[in-house]
Amino acid sequence: MRFQDVISINDFEKDDIEYVLKTAELLERELKEKGTLQYAKGKVLATLFFEPSTRTRLSFESAMHRLGGSVIGFAEASATSVKKGESLMDTIRTVENYADVIVIRHPKEGAARLAAEVAKIPVINAGDGANQHPTQTLLDLYTIKKEFGKIDGLKIALLGDLKYGRTVHSLAKALSYYNVKLYFVAPQGLEMPRHIVEEISDKVDIVETSSLESIIPEIDVLYATRIQKERFPDPAEYNKIKGSYRVDPKILEGAKETLKIMHPLPRVDEISYEVDKTRYSAYFRQVWSGVPVRMALLGIVLGVIE
Amino acid sequence: MKELKVSAIQKGTVIDHIPSGKGLKVLEILNLPEDSTILIAVNVRSEKLGKKDIIKVEGKILSEDEVNKIALIAPTATVNIIDKWEVVEKKNVEVPDEIIGIIKCANPNCITHYEKVKPKFKVISKKPLKLKCHYCERTMEEEIIAKNLL
Repeated sequence: MRFQDVISINDFEKDDIEYVLKTAELLERELKEKGTLQYAKGKVLATLFFEPSTRTRLSFESAMHRLGGSVIGFAEASATSVKKGESLMDTIRTVENYADVIVIRHPKEGAARLAAEVAKIPVINAGDGANQHPTQTLLDLYTIKKEFGKIDGLKIALLGDLKYGRTVHSLAKALSYYNVKLYFVAPQGLEMPRHIVEEISDKVDIVETSSLESIIPEIDVLYATRIQKERFPDPAEYNKIKGSYRVDPKILEGAKETLKIMHPLPRVDEISYEVDKTRYSAYFRQVWSGVPVRMALLGIVLGVIE
Repeated sequence: MKELKVSAIQKGTVIDHIPSGKGLKVLEILNLPEDSTILIAVNVRSEKLGKKDIIKVEGKILSEDEVNKIALIAPTATVNIIDKWEVVEKKNVEVPDEIIGIIKCANPNCITHYEKVKPKFKVISKKPLKLKCHYCERTMEEEIIAKNLL
Protein backbone atom coordinates (compact mmCIF):
# COMPACT_ATOMS: atom_id res chain seq x y z
CA MET A 1 0.00 0.00 0.00
CA ARG A 2 1.49 3.34 -1.05
CA PHE A 3 -0.58 5.64 1.19
CA GLN A 4 -3.13 5.17 3.95
CA ASP A 5 -5.24 8.30 3.62
CA VAL A 6 -6.05 10.73 0.81
CA ILE A 7 -6.13 14.19 2.37
CA SER A 8 -4.29 16.69 0.18
CA ILE A 9 -2.81 16.71 -3.29
CA ASN A 10 0.24 18.24 -1.59
CA ASP A 11 0.91 14.82 -0.02
CA PHE A 12 1.22 13.23 -3.47
CA GLU A 13 4.45 12.80 -5.38
CA LYS A 14 4.28 12.31 -9.13
CA ASP A 15 4.77 8.54 -8.68
CA ASP A 16 1.72 8.37 -6.41
CA ILE A 17 -0.40 10.24 -8.96
CA GLU A 18 0.75 7.95 -11.76
CA TYR A 19 0.03 4.93 -9.60
CA VAL A 20 -3.57 6.08 -9.00
CA LEU A 21 -4.13 6.89 -12.68
CA LYS A 22 -2.74 3.53 -13.78
CA THR A 23 -4.86 1.67 -11.22
CA ALA A 24 -7.98 3.57 -12.32
CA GLU A 25 -7.27 2.68 -15.94
CA LEU A 26 -6.93 -1.03 -15.11
CA LEU A 27 -10.10 -0.98 -13.03
CA GLU A 28 -12.06 0.79 -15.73
CA ARG A 29 -11.00 -1.84 -18.25
CA GLU A 30 -11.87 -4.65 -15.86
CA LEU A 31 -15.20 -3.03 -15.06
CA LYS A 32 -16.10 -2.94 -18.75
CA GLU A 33 -15.22 -6.62 -19.13
CA LYS A 34 -16.80 -8.00 -15.97
CA GLY A 35 -19.39 -5.50 -14.75
CA THR A 36 -19.32 -5.08 -10.96
CA LEU A 37 -16.06 -6.17 -9.35
CA GLN A 38 -15.56 -7.90 -6.01
CA TYR A 39 -12.34 -6.34 -4.64
CA ALA A 40 -14.15 -4.69 -1.72
CA LYS A 41 -16.63 -7.47 -1.00
CA GLY A 42 -17.55 -7.37 2.68
CA LYS A 43 -16.05 -3.89 3.14
CA VAL A 44 -18.11 -0.92 4.25
CA LEU A 45 -17.62 2.70 3.22
CA ALA A 46 -18.95 5.45 5.49
CA THR A 47 -19.70 8.69 3.64
CA LEU A 48 -19.76 11.52 6.17
CA PHE A 49 -21.04 14.56 4.35
CA PHE A 50 -21.27 17.39 6.86
CA GLU A 51 -22.35 19.61 3.99
CA PRO A 52 -24.21 18.56 0.85
CA SER A 53 -22.37 17.59 -2.31
CA THR A 54 -24.54 15.24 -4.28
CA ARG A 55 -22.16 14.70 -7.18
CA THR A 56 -19.12 13.78 -5.10
CA ARG A 57 -21.12 11.61 -2.69
CA LEU A 58 -22.87 9.67 -5.45
CA SER A 59 -19.59 9.20 -7.26
CA PHE A 60 -17.96 7.65 -4.16
CA GLU A 61 -21.02 5.52 -3.50
CA SER A 62 -21.05 4.32 -7.10
CA ALA A 63 -17.32 3.53 -6.89
CA MET A 64 -17.75 1.48 -3.71
CA HIS A 65 -20.73 -0.44 -5.08
CA ARG A 66 -18.85 -1.20 -8.29
CA LEU A 67 -16.00 -2.56 -6.15
CA GLY A 68 -18.50 -4.95 -4.55
CA GLY A 69 -18.60 -3.14 -1.20
CA SER A 70 -21.43 -1.45 0.63
CA VAL A 71 -22.09 2.08 1.84
CA ILE A 72 -23.47 3.75 4.96
CA GLY A 73 -23.50 7.43 5.81
CA PHE A 74 -25.28 10.73 5.87
CA ALA A 75 -25.66 13.58 3.41
CA GLU A 76 -25.88 16.55 5.76
CA ALA A 77 -24.84 17.34 9.32
CA SER A 78 -28.34 18.32 10.46
CA ALA A 79 -29.34 14.64 10.46
CA THR A 80 -26.56 13.66 12.88
CA SER A 81 -25.41 14.05 16.48
CA VAL A 82 -23.39 17.08 15.37
CA LYS A 83 -26.66 18.92 15.88
CA LYS A 84 -26.52 17.77 19.51
CA GLY A 85 -23.03 19.23 19.84
CA GLU A 86 -20.95 16.15 19.15
CA SER A 87 -17.37 16.93 18.11
CA LEU A 88 -15.94 15.81 14.79
CA MET A 89 -13.38 13.69 16.64
CA ASP A 90 -16.09 11.81 18.53
CA THR A 91 -18.10 11.28 15.34
CA ILE A 92 -15.03 9.74 13.71
CA ARG A 93 -14.26 7.56 16.76
CA THR A 94 -17.83 6.29 16.60
CA VAL A 95 -18.13 5.73 12.86
CA GLU A 96 -14.82 3.87 12.59
CA ASN A 97 -16.52 1.00 14.45
CA TYR A 98 -19.06 0.63 11.66
CA ALA A 99 -16.91 0.98 8.56
CA ASP A 100 -13.60 0.07 6.91
CA VAL A 101 -13.00 3.41 5.21
CA ILE A 102 -14.35 6.93 5.69
CA VAL A 103 -15.00 9.57 3.04
CA ILE A 104 -15.51 12.96 4.62
CA ARG A 105 -16.77 16.30 3.34
CA HIS A 106 -16.71 19.10 5.87
CA PRO A 107 -17.13 22.89 5.72
CA LYS A 108 -14.12 23.54 7.98
CA GLU A 109 -10.65 23.54 6.48
CA GLY A 110 -8.35 20.89 7.91
CA ALA A 111 -11.24 18.69 9.05
CA ALA A 112 -10.15 15.77 6.86
CA ARG A 113 -6.56 15.87 8.19
CA LEU A 114 -7.87 15.87 11.75
CA ALA A 115 -10.26 13.01 10.97
CA ALA A 116 -7.38 10.98 9.51
CA GLU A 117 -5.31 11.55 12.66
CA VAL A 118 -8.13 10.40 14.89
CA ALA A 119 -9.35 7.45 12.81
CA LYS A 120 -7.80 4.00 12.92
CA ILE A 121 -9.25 3.32 9.47
CA PRO A 122 -8.35 5.13 6.20
CA VAL A 123 -9.87 8.55 5.51
CA ILE A 124 -10.43 10.16 2.10
CA ASN A 125 -11.03 13.89 1.82
CA ALA A 126 -14.04 14.75 -0.33
CA GLY A 127 -13.58 18.49 0.23
CA ASP A 128 -12.70 20.49 3.35
CA GLY A 129 -13.92 24.06 3.03
CA ALA A 130 -11.82 26.09 0.61
CA ASN A 131 -8.79 23.90 1.22
CA GLN A 132 -8.54 20.61 -0.67
CA HIS A 133 -10.51 18.26 -2.89
CA PRO A 134 -7.76 15.88 -3.98
CA THR A 135 -9.96 13.28 -5.65
CA GLN A 136 -11.31 15.98 -8.00
CA THR A 137 -7.74 16.78 -9.04
CA LEU A 138 -6.94 13.14 -9.65
CA LEU A 139 -10.05 12.66 -11.77
CA ASP A 140 -9.20 15.82 -13.72
CA LEU A 141 -5.75 14.41 -14.50
CA TYR A 142 -7.28 11.05 -15.39
CA THR A 143 -9.67 12.77 -17.82
CA ILE A 144 -6.84 14.63 -19.54
CA LYS A 145 -4.84 11.42 -19.82
CA LYS A 146 -7.82 9.56 -21.27
CA GLU A 147 -8.66 12.29 -23.77
CA PHE A 148 -5.10 12.70 -25.07
CA GLY A 149 -3.37 9.47 -24.03
CA LYS A 150 -0.83 11.63 -22.18
CA ILE A 151 -0.41 14.74 -20.05
CA ASP A 152 3.14 15.71 -21.02
CA GLY A 153 3.44 18.15 -23.87
CA LEU A 154 -0.03 19.67 -23.52
CA LYS A 155 -0.99 23.33 -23.28
CA ILE A 156 -3.62 23.68 -20.60
CA ALA A 157 -5.65 26.80 -19.75
CA LEU A 158 -7.36 27.27 -16.40
CA LEU A 159 -10.18 29.78 -16.76
CA GLY A 160 -12.42 31.68 -14.38
CA ASP A 161 -12.15 32.37 -10.66
CA LEU A 162 -8.54 31.35 -10.10
CA LYS A 163 -8.29 33.26 -6.83
CA TYR A 164 -10.80 31.35 -4.74
CA GLY A 165 -11.22 28.12 -6.71
CA ARG A 166 -9.61 25.27 -4.78
CA THR A 167 -10.02 22.98 -7.82
CA VAL A 168 -7.71 25.06 -10.00
CA HIS A 169 -5.18 25.53 -7.19
CA SER A 170 -4.75 21.79 -6.70
CA LEU A 171 -4.83 21.06 -10.42
CA ALA A 172 -2.15 23.66 -11.16
CA LYS A 173 0.05 22.15 -8.47
CA ALA A 174 -0.49 18.58 -9.74
CA LEU A 175 0.10 19.62 -13.38
CA SER A 176 3.41 21.16 -12.39
CA TYR A 177 4.76 17.60 -12.05
CA TYR A 178 4.31 17.22 -15.81
CA ASN A 179 5.93 18.80 -18.83
CA VAL A 180 3.05 21.15 -19.64
CA LYS A 181 2.49 24.81 -20.42
CA LEU A 182 -0.15 26.46 -18.25
CA TYR A 183 -2.32 29.46 -19.07
CA PHE A 184 -4.04 31.20 -16.19
CA VAL A 185 -6.99 33.14 -17.62
CA ALA A 186 -8.83 35.25 -15.06
CA PRO A 187 -10.54 38.61 -14.77
CA GLN A 188 -8.75 41.32 -12.85
CA GLY A 189 -9.00 40.66 -9.12
CA LEU A 190 -9.54 36.91 -9.52
CA GLU A 191 -6.05 35.97 -10.69
CA MET A 192 -4.19 32.89 -9.46
CA PRO A 193 -2.69 33.64 -6.01
CA ARG A 194 0.97 34.68 -6.18
CA HIS A 195 2.15 31.96 -3.79
CA ILE A 196 0.86 29.27 -6.17
CA VAL A 197 2.40 30.93 -9.23
CA GLU A 198 5.72 31.26 -7.38
CA GLU A 199 5.61 27.69 -6.13
CA ILE A 200 5.27 26.15 -9.58
CA SER A 201 6.83 28.73 -11.91
CA ASP A 202 10.26 27.10 -11.80
CA LYS A 203 8.75 23.79 -12.98
CA VAL A 204 6.34 24.83 -15.75
CA ASP A 205 5.91 27.65 -18.24
CA ILE A 206 3.08 29.93 -17.16
CA VAL A 207 1.19 32.54 -19.16
CA GLU A 208 -1.10 34.85 -17.18
CA THR A 209 -3.75 36.74 -19.12
CA SER A 210 -7.28 38.05 -18.90
CA SER A 211 -7.95 37.38 -22.59
CA LEU A 212 -9.35 33.99 -23.53
CA GLU A 213 -9.53 34.98 -27.21
CA SER A 214 -5.81 35.57 -27.43
CA ILE A 215 -4.81 32.12 -26.22
CA ILE A 216 -7.59 29.90 -27.52
CA PRO A 217 -5.81 28.94 -30.79
CA GLU A 218 -2.81 27.63 -28.81
CA ILE A 219 -4.36 25.43 -26.16
CA ASP A 220 -5.18 21.72 -25.97
CA VAL A 221 -7.31 21.81 -22.81
CA LEU A 222 -9.62 24.55 -21.58
CA TYR A 223 -10.48 23.92 -17.94
CA ALA A 224 -13.34 26.32 -17.21
CA THR A 225 -14.61 27.10 -13.71
CA ARG A 226 -17.57 29.03 -12.43
CA ILE A 227 -17.10 32.66 -11.46
CA GLN A 228 -18.91 32.81 -8.17
CA LYS A 229 -21.42 35.61 -8.02
CA GLU A 230 -21.19 35.84 -4.23
CA ARG A 231 -17.56 37.04 -4.44
CA PHE A 232 -18.59 40.30 -6.06
CA PRO A 233 -19.74 43.19 -3.89
CA ASP A 234 -21.20 44.87 -7.00
CA PRO A 235 -23.62 42.71 -9.06
CA ALA A 236 -23.04 44.92 -12.11
CA GLU A 237 -19.34 44.06 -11.99
CA TYR A 238 -20.19 40.35 -11.88
CA ASN A 239 -22.54 40.64 -14.86
CA LYS A 240 -19.81 42.37 -16.85
CA ILE A 241 -17.26 39.67 -16.09
CA LYS A 242 -19.49 36.62 -16.53
CA GLY A 243 -20.28 37.74 -20.09
CA SER A 244 -16.62 38.04 -20.96
CA TYR A 245 -15.88 34.43 -20.06
CA ARG A 246 -18.64 32.64 -21.86
CA VAL A 247 -17.35 29.68 -23.82
CA ASP A 248 -19.59 29.47 -26.89
CA PRO A 249 -19.24 28.25 -30.50
CA LYS A 250 -18.13 31.72 -31.62
CA ILE A 251 -15.11 31.88 -29.32
CA LEU A 252 -14.25 28.31 -30.30
CA GLU A 253 -13.98 29.18 -34.00
CA GLY A 254 -10.24 29.73 -33.66
CA ALA A 255 -9.63 26.67 -31.49
CA LYS A 256 -7.62 23.55 -32.41
CA GLU A 257 -9.87 20.77 -33.65
CA THR A 258 -8.58 18.57 -30.85
CA LEU A 259 -9.30 21.08 -28.06
CA LYS A 260 -11.07 19.56 -25.06
CA ILE A 261 -13.15 21.61 -22.64
CA MET A 262 -13.38 20.46 -19.06
CA HIS A 263 -15.33 21.82 -16.09
CA PRO A 264 -15.63 20.51 -12.50
CA LEU A 265 -19.37 21.33 -12.68
CA PRO A 266 -21.88 22.62 -11.80
CA ARG A 267 -21.77 25.20 -14.58
CA VAL A 268 -23.98 28.25 -14.61
CA ASP A 269 -23.50 30.13 -17.84
CA GLU A 270 -19.75 30.00 -18.47
CA ILE A 271 -20.20 27.25 -21.08
CA SER A 272 -23.15 27.58 -23.45
CA TYR A 273 -25.36 24.51 -23.96
CA GLU A 274 -24.53 24.63 -27.68
CA VAL A 275 -21.00 23.51 -26.80
CA ASP A 276 -22.26 20.25 -25.23
CA LYS A 277 -22.73 18.52 -28.57
CA THR A 278 -19.50 19.70 -30.13
CA ARG A 279 -16.31 17.64 -30.33
CA TYR A 280 -14.82 19.95 -27.73
CA SER A 281 -16.92 19.03 -24.71
CA ALA A 282 -15.30 16.58 -22.31
CA TYR A 283 -17.03 17.65 -19.09
CA PHE A 284 -19.58 14.86 -18.88
CA ARG A 285 -16.93 12.23 -19.59
CA GLN A 286 -14.98 13.98 -16.82
CA VAL A 287 -17.86 13.19 -14.43
CA TRP A 288 -17.52 9.49 -15.28
CA SER A 289 -13.77 9.63 -14.55
CA GLY A 290 -14.66 10.13 -10.90
CA VAL A 291 -15.85 6.54 -10.66
CA PRO A 292 -12.70 4.60 -11.70
CA VAL A 293 -10.44 7.10 -9.92
CA ARG A 294 -12.40 6.79 -6.67
CA MET A 295 -12.53 3.02 -7.10
CA ALA A 296 -8.74 3.05 -7.37
CA LEU A 297 -8.36 5.23 -4.27
CA LEU A 298 -10.80 3.16 -2.21
CA GLY A 299 -9.12 -0.06 -3.31
CA ILE A 300 -5.63 1.25 -2.51
CA VAL A 301 -6.41 2.62 0.96
CA LEU A 302 -8.40 -0.51 1.83
CA GLY A 303 -5.39 -2.58 0.79
CA VAL A 304 -7.51 -4.73 -1.54
CA ILE A 305 -5.86 -3.53 -4.74
CA GLU A 306 -2.08 -3.63 -5.10
CA MET B 1 27.60 54.08 29.66
CA LYS B 2 28.54 50.97 31.61
CA GLU B 3 27.36 47.69 30.01
CA LEU B 4 24.65 45.93 31.98
CA LYS B 5 25.85 42.74 33.61
CA VAL B 6 23.81 39.86 32.12
CA SER B 7 23.95 37.68 35.21
CA ALA B 8 22.84 40.28 37.76
CA ILE B 9 20.28 37.90 39.23
CA GLN B 10 21.01 35.09 41.63
CA LYS B 11 19.05 32.32 39.89
CA GLY B 12 16.76 32.32 36.87
CA THR B 13 16.80 33.24 33.19
CA VAL B 14 18.11 36.20 31.28
CA ILE B 15 16.79 36.74 27.78
CA ASP B 16 19.33 38.91 26.02
CA HIS B 17 19.61 40.36 22.49
CA ILE B 18 15.88 40.89 22.07
CA PRO B 19 15.36 43.29 19.14
CA SER B 20 14.69 46.76 20.51
CA GLY B 21 10.99 47.29 21.11
CA LYS B 22 10.11 43.58 21.28
CA GLY B 23 10.88 43.17 25.01
CA LEU B 24 7.37 43.89 26.22
CA LYS B 25 5.90 41.52 23.61
CA VAL B 26 8.28 38.76 24.75
CA LEU B 27 7.17 39.37 28.32
CA GLU B 28 3.54 39.24 27.26
CA ILE B 29 3.83 35.90 25.45
CA LEU B 30 5.76 34.28 28.30
CA ASN B 31 2.69 34.82 30.45
CA LEU B 32 4.70 34.55 33.66
CA PRO B 33 2.99 34.29 37.06
CA GLU B 34 1.89 37.65 38.50
CA ASP B 35 4.24 37.38 41.46
CA SER B 36 7.33 36.83 39.28
CA THR B 37 10.28 39.13 39.86
CA ILE B 38 11.15 40.57 36.47
CA LEU B 39 13.67 43.15 35.38
CA ILE B 40 13.31 44.65 31.94
CA ALA B 41 15.76 46.89 30.14
CA VAL B 42 14.66 48.63 26.98
CA ASN B 43 16.81 50.21 24.25
CA VAL B 44 20.11 49.12 25.74
CA ARG B 45 23.20 49.75 23.59
CA SER B 46 24.24 46.57 21.76
CA GLU B 47 27.24 45.89 19.53
CA LYS B 48 25.33 43.16 17.73
CA LEU B 49 21.96 44.86 17.25
CA GLY B 50 22.64 48.57 17.79
CA LYS B 51 19.91 48.63 20.43
CA LYS B 52 18.33 45.74 22.28
CA ASP B 53 15.97 44.83 25.09
CA ILE B 54 16.85 42.50 27.97
CA ILE B 55 14.54 40.60 30.31
CA LYS B 56 15.66 39.00 33.56
CA VAL B 57 13.34 36.58 35.30
CA GLU B 58 14.28 35.76 38.86
CA GLY B 59 13.83 32.15 39.99
CA LYS B 60 12.52 30.65 36.72
CA ILE B 61 14.15 28.45 34.12
CA LEU B 62 12.33 28.72 30.80
CA SER B 63 10.94 25.56 29.23
CA GLU B 64 11.66 24.48 25.66
CA ASP B 65 8.18 25.65 24.58
CA GLU B 66 8.72 29.07 26.08
CA VAL B 67 12.09 29.40 24.37
CA ASN B 68 10.49 28.43 21.06
CA LYS B 69 7.84 31.08 21.53
CA ILE B 70 10.55 33.72 21.92
CA ALA B 71 12.17 32.58 18.69
CA LEU B 72 9.01 33.42 16.78
CA ILE B 73 9.10 37.13 17.62
CA ALA B 74 12.72 37.66 18.67
CA PRO B 75 14.89 35.33 16.58
CA THR B 76 18.12 37.09 17.64
CA ALA B 77 17.50 36.48 21.36
CA THR B 78 19.86 34.48 23.53
CA VAL B 79 18.71 32.69 26.65
CA ASN B 80 21.08 32.54 29.61
CA ILE B 81 20.41 30.25 32.53
CA ILE B 82 21.74 31.76 35.74
CA ASP B 83 22.72 30.00 38.94
CA LYS B 84 24.57 31.59 41.87
CA TRP B 85 24.98 34.83 39.90
CA GLU B 86 26.80 33.03 37.07
CA VAL B 87 25.74 32.06 33.54
CA VAL B 88 25.64 28.24 33.65
CA GLU B 89 24.11 27.73 30.22
CA LYS B 90 23.80 29.96 27.20
CA LYS B 91 21.71 29.15 24.17
CA ASN B 92 20.47 30.84 21.06
CA VAL B 93 16.78 30.61 20.43
CA GLU B 94 15.97 28.72 17.29
CA VAL B 95 12.77 28.40 15.34
CA PRO B 96 11.99 24.68 15.36
CA ASP B 97 10.86 22.79 12.24
CA GLU B 98 7.44 22.22 13.76
CA ILE B 99 5.49 24.41 16.15
CA ILE B 100 2.77 22.84 18.27
CA GLY B 101 0.31 24.50 20.59
CA ILE B 102 1.81 27.97 20.92
CA ILE B 103 0.20 29.80 18.00
CA LYS B 104 -3.37 29.70 16.80
CA CYS B 105 -4.18 29.51 13.11
CA ALA B 106 -5.08 32.85 11.54
CA ASN B 107 -7.65 31.17 9.29
CA PRO B 108 -10.99 31.59 11.12
CA ASN B 109 -12.42 28.61 9.22
CA CYS B 110 -9.62 26.25 10.33
CA ILE B 111 -10.88 23.17 12.17
CA THR B 112 -8.46 23.90 15.06
CA HIS B 113 -10.80 26.69 16.21
CA TYR B 114 -13.68 24.24 16.58
CA GLU B 115 -12.18 21.02 17.94
CA LYS B 116 -10.06 20.29 21.00
CA VAL B 117 -6.82 19.92 19.09
CA LYS B 118 -3.46 21.65 19.48
CA PRO B 119 -2.71 23.88 16.49
CA LYS B 120 0.31 22.54 14.63
CA PHE B 121 2.46 24.32 12.06
CA LYS B 122 5.26 23.35 9.75
CA VAL B 123 7.97 25.98 9.42
CA ILE B 124 8.37 26.52 5.68
CA SER B 125 10.81 29.43 5.99
CA LYS B 126 12.80 30.65 8.99
CA LYS B 127 13.98 33.92 7.42
CA PRO B 128 11.52 35.50 6.83
CA LEU B 129 9.43 33.42 9.17
CA LYS B 130 6.63 31.60 7.36
CA LEU B 131 4.44 28.86 8.84
CA LYS B 132 1.98 26.49 7.24
CA CYS B 133 -0.95 25.14 9.23
CA HIS B 134 -0.75 21.34 9.40
CA TYR B 135 -4.53 21.11 9.20
CA CYS B 136 -5.90 23.80 6.85
CA GLU B 137 -2.63 24.32 4.91
CA ARG B 138 -2.88 28.12 5.07
CA THR B 139 0.42 29.96 5.38
CA MET B 140 1.10 32.70 7.93
CA GLU B 141 3.79 35.35 7.72
CA GLU B 142 5.74 37.13 10.45
CA GLU B 143 3.34 39.96 11.19
CA ILE B 144 0.32 37.64 11.41
CA ILE B 145 2.24 35.08 13.50
CA ALA B 146 3.02 37.65 16.21
CA LYS B 147 -0.69 38.49 16.47
CA ASN B 148 -1.70 34.86 16.88
CA LEU B 149 0.55 33.69 19.68
CA LEU B 150 -1.42 31.80 22.31
